[in-house]
Amino acid sequence: MSIITTVSTWIIPCIILLVLLVATWKKLPTYEIFVEGGKEGVKMAISLLPFLLGMMVAIAILRGSGAMEAFIAFISPVLTIFGIPSDIVPLAMIRPISGTAALSMTTDLIKAHGPDSFIGRLASTMQGSTDTTLYILTVYFGAVGIRRMGDALKVGLIADFIGIIASIVIVSIVFMN
Amino acid sequence: MVNLIWAGMAIIGIVYAMFNGTMENVNQALFESADDAVTISIGLISVLVFWLGLMRVAEKAGMLRVLTNFFKPMVTRLFPEIPKDHPAMGYILSNFTANLFGLGNAATPMGIKAMEEMKKISGSDKASRSMITFLVINTSSLTLIPTTVIAIRMQYDSQAPTEIVGTTILATLVTSITAIIVDRLFYLRRVRKNRQ
Repeated sequence: MSIITTVSTWIIPCIILLVLLVATWKKLPTYEIFVEGGKEGVKMAISLLPFLLGMMVAIAILRGSGAMEAFIAFISPVLTIFGIPSDIVPLAMIRPISGTAALSMTTDLIKAHGPDSFIGRLASTMQGSTDTTLYILTVYFGAVGIRRMGDALKVGLIADFIGIIASIVIVSIVFMN
Repeated sequence: MVNLIWAGMAIIGIVYAMFNGTMENVNQALFESADDAVTISIGLISVLVFWLGLMRVAEKAGMLRVLTNFFKPMVTRLFPEIPKDHPAMGYILSNFTANLFGLGNAATPMGIKAMEEMKKISGSDKASRSMITFLVINTSSLTLIPTTVIAIRMQYDSQAPTEIVGTTILATLVTSITAIIVDRLFYLRRVRKNRQ
């Protein structure tokens, strides 16, 4: 574990060091290039704000009203038939939609069932192995002004579903004893 | 489709609240989330400015090209629309690398930059084939070490906090590969539709 922590604290400074050494060696005006490139960042952050705000407000309404919970309670028995444990269903449903909500759900599951239980391991694997599809879509498309998303959302959600199934199967096999 | 989902989430939520007496919570959630969105967007300025600045230096120094050359055989097959020496390739690879090492806040700026370069190629406001492939790979999360999850597990006294690294990598791998296959199938379906 200590190796992992060390690597993750060293990696960013080392990347910076490498980039600056190479650029300086090539006699580039490093500071000027950095500032020029950085300017774009401000513009991007501002342009994605409305996309992010719109999406987050809609999700908040759905969750705040209790409709989300009701839907999960409704669909839970159906998913149990497919072998998805009912404890994990809310996490599986929220993972593609809201990153912060998923993280707090994972924490709750680990707290309630213990990190080394089947549910604890499954929640850990699911949290780590997929990302917040809706957030990525909103941010990446929003920042560069893509309005027609094509099949992106559909393919992303299908991949999420496969990811959930894969996590369950893999955790069941690996920790079977 | 995104319009339907967006309006649908809000409409269902509000109508549900009407019949379940949760209008108060909806009001609260509404403005809290709007606040959060502003905080996140403004918060992104720092990482965006820093990483885009540094990446520009790396690009000018020719380092992105080195990275691209190294992974060329793999990526050109994934993104056949992108010309081999296009800067988009460099940013796509930087994004993948940052994701692999769990540098989430570096991955986002590079991903956005990659999108921008891909938009220059397609020149339209419609998601291109390579953009969809790129997004799908990103949403299936390319993590080697899920640091956040490990931290939570340690906090709750796990006997082996890192034991889920293997399952996570395996699950990520399966998801990414199937995601790429699903993406390809949808692409072929689009091509077939256009021909008719």
